[in-house]
Amino acid sequence: MEAEEENAGGRPFWSGTLTFGLVSVPVSLFPAQRSTRTSLRMLGPDGQPLARKYFAEKTGKDLDADEVVRGYEINKEKFVIVTDEELERLAPEKTRDIDLKQFVPADSIPPIYFERGYFLTPAAGSQKAYKLLAETMEKSGLAGIATFVMRGKEYLVAIFSEKGILRAETMRFADELRSPSDIGLPKKKEAPKATLHKFEKLISTRSKKQFSPSKLEDKQTESLLKLVKKKQANRANVVKVEEEGDKDHKVVDLVQILKKSLGARK
Amino acid sequence: MAARAIWKGQLKLGTTRVPVKLYSAVQDRTVRFHVLDDRQKKRVKQHMIDPDSGDEVPTEEIQKGYEIEPGRYVILTAEELEKLQPPASRDIEIVEFVPQTKISQQWYERPYYLGPDGDEKDYFALVDALQNKESEGIANWVMRNKYYSGALRAVDDYLFLFTLRDANEVILADELTKPSGAAPTQKELAMAKQLVDMLQGEFNPKEYKDEYRERVMEFIEKKAKGHAPRLKAVKAKPKTTALDSVLAKSIESLRKKEKRAA
Repeated sequence: MEAEEENAGGRPFWSGTLTFGLVSVPVSLFPAQRSTRTSLRMLGPDGQPLARKYFAEKTGKDLDADEVVRGYEINKEKFVIVTDEELERLAPEKTRDIDLKQFVPADSIPPIYFERGYFLTPAAGSQKAYKLLAETMEKSGLAGIATFVMRGKEYLVAIFSEKGILRAETMRFADELRSPSDIGLPKKKEAPKATLHKFEKLISTRSKKQFSPSKLEDKQTESLLKLVKKKQANRANVVKVEEEGDKDHKVVDLVQILKKSLGARK
Repeated sequence: MAARAIWKGQLKLGTTRVPVKLYSAVQDRTVRFHVLDDRQKKRVKQHMIDPDSGDEVPTEEIQKGYEIEPGRYVILTAEELEKLQPPASRDIEIVEFVPQTKISQQWYERPYYLGPDGDEKDYFALVDALQNKESEGIANWVMRNKYYSGALRAVDDYLFLFTLRDANEVILADELTKPSGAAPTQKELAMAKQLVDMLQGEFNPKEYKDEYRERVMEFIEKKAKGHAPRLKAVKAKPKTTALDSVLAKSIESLRKKEKRAA
């Protein structure tokens, strides 16, 4: 039941309603991250892209999506089957909306909670209510907090407003974070003044006013792309596969989809 | 019971090194399901197949390819990929510091606790220094054959190391365009502000419980005993009216609630 980041054909990850007070704003959610392009594809001996498939261990038979079920292991090798319909029906109606019951100062939420970001785009006809909420939150520096059920899982989210655009950050629940005593960290000790000053000085001399993402090295991607470029020069290293009927396998430009959903004029 | 460290390293600030142990700060409580074979109700396995023939491709015949354009792959051998692995290191290199509010929520991925490894003086002095300076360190390190970028922060009395997303991974609001359509009126904005102010408070994470997880577990337990409750189908609900009248009603109902509470 992991949230999947597949975005075939630019469909939203989720569509539903954002509410504050009695105002409801129908919205769509789109991932705020690009899937990184460095993932490698598994290919067969002739370079054909392979697919992952379930099979029954005992019979060795391959299984299609409708031949598998979801089971919770209640005892060793004893499972309780849970259907999609049951999971769907277990969520009370009021839990399906992102109902902003509380607003908090946007920079007061510690980063340990943040998991993943999604942009919210207004549905047709809800632009005005969307803008109203976005402008109100941005001006007052507030984030809205809500819980809601999406795709068989309950999410705690904070909604931020930046440059007129609403963004949801999914958050961990408090009981999903360990405490220092869970880990067994030692009690804090008073540090000698001289040591403290040494570190304060180290920080001061290396301080920048702004965060620049370019400082986040991505040597992994860099070195991989360098190798790819080098090998690409020799045509023997490149395989070409005709992919007929594989229409879902398109490179999706998330930014274009988002702009379109936000209603940019072409 | 004390947790076990997943890695040992040292924070490196210039020539100063602070030895630390790394622990996961997260305990996943997601309800974990297994994929079962519908007929046997047994756990299934996975393998790779050629989608055209449906035949299994054994592991030793699988190649890895980087897609340079749709349908064209550069094959990379296991040997080549191994050579790309970073040289082993224990250093968590702190390259610079920024004010604590400067990194947007979008970058944070996963938090780890850092605990002192041996000497505690330097560790707690660094905690205090980061807090006094309201600063956060930008870190690069290698852990288990992988490069990581992250942020070093002091929270309460301890150090946290966060992994951050890659520079090209995050889509920023700057790249997008404001939504089109009519702008709200001054009256609507004033009412919305009033409404939001009434709902304003402090972030208290303990207030929020994953009730759905509890419902799912309760249902599973009942079903295991053979009495699963009948679940009602979900109805779609009708939707709303004019913005200003809805805002006015919202404010009024909140006022009533406050009065009742007083």
